[in-house]
Amino acid sequence: MGRTLAEKVWDDHVVRRAEGEPDLLFIDLHLLHEVTSPQAFDGLRQAGRPVRRLDLTIATEDHNTPTLDIDKPIADPVSRVQLETLRKNCAEFGVRLHSLGDVEQGVVHVVGPQLGLTQPGTTVVCGDSHTSTHGAFGALAFGIGTSQVEHVLATQTLPLARPKTMAITVDGELPEDVTAKDLILAIITKIGTGGGQGYILEYRGSAIEKLSMEARMTICNMSIEAGARAGMIAPDETTFAYLKGRPHAPEGADWDAAVEYWKTLRTDDDAEFDAEVVIDGASLAPFVTWGTNPGQGAPLSASVPDPASYEDASERHAAEKALEYMGLEAGQSLREIQVDTVFVGSCTNGRIEDLRAAAAIVEGRKVADGVRMLVVPGSARVGLQAVSEGLDLVFKEAGAEWRHAGCSMCLGMNPDQLAPGERSASTSNRNFEGRQGKGGRTHLVSPQVAAATAVLGHLASPADLNDQPAARTPAGV
Amino acid sequence: MEAFTTHTGRAVPLRRSNVDTDQIIPAHWLKKVTRDGFEDGLFEAWRKDSSFVLNQPERADATVLVAGPDFGTGSSREHAVWALQNYGFKAVISSRFADIFRGNSLKNGLLTVVLEQKIVDALWELTENDPEAEVTVDLEAREVRAEGITAAFELDENARWRLLNGLDDISITLQNEADISTYESKRPAHKPRTVQV
Ligand code: SF4
Repeated sequence: MGRTLAEKVWDDHVVRRAEGEPDLLFIDLHLLHEVTSPQAFDGLRQAGRPVRRLDLTIATEDHNTPTLDIDKPIADPVSRVQLETLRKNCAEFGVRLHSLGDVEQGVVHVVGPQLGLTQPGTTVVCGDSHTSTHGAFGALAFGIGTSQVEHVLATQTLPLARPKTMAITVDGELPEDVTAKDLILAIITKIGTGGGQGYILEYRGSAIEKLSMEARMTICNMSIEAGARAGMIAPDETTFAYLKGRPHAPEGADWDAAVEYWKTLRTDDDAEFDAEVVIDGASLAPFVTWGTNPGQGAPLSASVPDPASYEDASERHAAEKALEYMGLEAGQSLREIQVDTVFVGSCTNGRIEDLRAAAAIVEGRKVADGVRMLVVPGSARVGLQAVSEGLDLVFKEAGAEWRHAGCSMCLGMNPDQLAPGERSASTSNRNFEGRQGKGGRTHLVSPQVAAATAVLGHLASPADLNDQPAARTPAGV
Repeated sequence: MEAFTTHTGRAVPLRRSNVDTDQIIPAHWLKKVTRDGFEDGLFEAWRKDSSFVLNQPERADATVLVAGPDFGTGSSREHAVWALQNYGFKAVISSRFADIFRGNSLKNGLLTVVLEQKIVDALWELTENDPEAEVTVDLEAREVRAEGITAAFELDENARWRLLNGLDDISITLQNEADISTYESKRPAHKPRTVQV
């Protein structure tokens, strides 16, 4: 019988297989950041162990980094200690590090792909659940805990039980205003936050094949929000074109050998998945969340659901709690929801394509009175690219704040936070209680919806702007 | 890691589903660079509410958490496990755990036990009616016992063996050093490298 993509990549990394034991898997790329690594380095130090493969390890600063005044000392002493600890650890053990101010600094899941380190058929781990992002390249990529970070540093392997596989097939043409973010939010709402548990998801079908690498990363990024350990998309010409010429992409004969291997990384026709979900891409519409987990979402044109409509008692209870926390009423139209803050950024939607999409919408328009819009590129490189295209000016002219790269308001470990009761439309991936700041309320949206929401002051899609034409500069000027 | 064989203690019934790791330990606690001192951050936001179950005097020193389905979803932060342990929990029972949280817990000797929701319901009822009721989590017998309740649970043999013996994963793996070196010697040249060494 044939094998699935995930099974192929898994099998190619088995260092040791023994009856009654988990497989020992080799790890091709280990990404580190300041939050989940200090205790792991401590463990190495205590045991007197070195980092086994410095050439497969790379670190960046992202979660705590400020997005303003990055040339000044970090104001929060606790954040400062954590960043300094990473710097000390990387220097002591010899790990390559991209610190704040470095052109390759940024959110770890944006940095790996843009350097060309994330490649098809590799295993990628990081002490961060959104490592699933890298699956967009046909890599087997998953988040790990700090004990496992230490394990990989010491051994470059991980003992793991092989998850099951689930196909998520999206056929049909996505409507013009539907983005990858809308698609993944709709998938999570359909299968639930626990629906992918125990599975590696493979997104496939004609609608997936048409997506750009950026859009594929947005989808795989949120696999964890469906409870899955990893999400994957088979590599194809789009993948190869994205990688070609990147700093760490193979060259010459290595490139040819790599592409030849990468082309084998497709689920065989006679392979069987343990579960399958089929979605009609043509039926989708812009999607937003109304609750406090990413599975509590609905099309933007819908209303806040009535908890009483849930048959399952725990779902009903969760919906009641969510509405109370979010300060929403059942039956209220989602479009009526007013926001104070719009956040464009994160490893879900902080890549150049996302910034271009948001900029195209705010261009020649103004952010609504009383709304603050924060635009945070996913990496310093993305920021530079955006500046070279003039996107920073577009955002600033519209009244948005243009910031330096990092995780920023995605989780508010730095000063970018919501105040209690404040409400945001956010292109990030988690709407958990207090995620963006204590008492803050989050609606997850696409960059396009975020931009339209910033202009109108309430949840909106670009189509809602039609009666608000942009004051465009005449062509050629 | 401390070995886990069997544990008996009073329980905290947590009637909530989808308890994500941001609730277990909020992000601002993640700035600490140690594995201890997280007890005050455990469920920090909910503990501000005096009616929250953990704040009830009769729940002081309870060591078994009985939670709703999908416990530990969200971020991979191992700090969530440390916070539960620092607070004094030895075991967590739920009908479903998020994968990463489960892996983290077993690596630290916090036993996460999967039981059917109807048994979880029974444990809730028992411990809500009688806060003094004791729950035994017996890893040797793979059984949870409480007044009127005996429920078997599953745990893969390898994880169980490591827990029962308090074994450190890294030393076990390093016993297979030769296998790792052999694998490394066969990796294709086109695989990415972060630095030249
Ligand atoms: S951007 Fe958000 S989700 Fe991504 S790594 Fe940073 S904190 Fe995690």
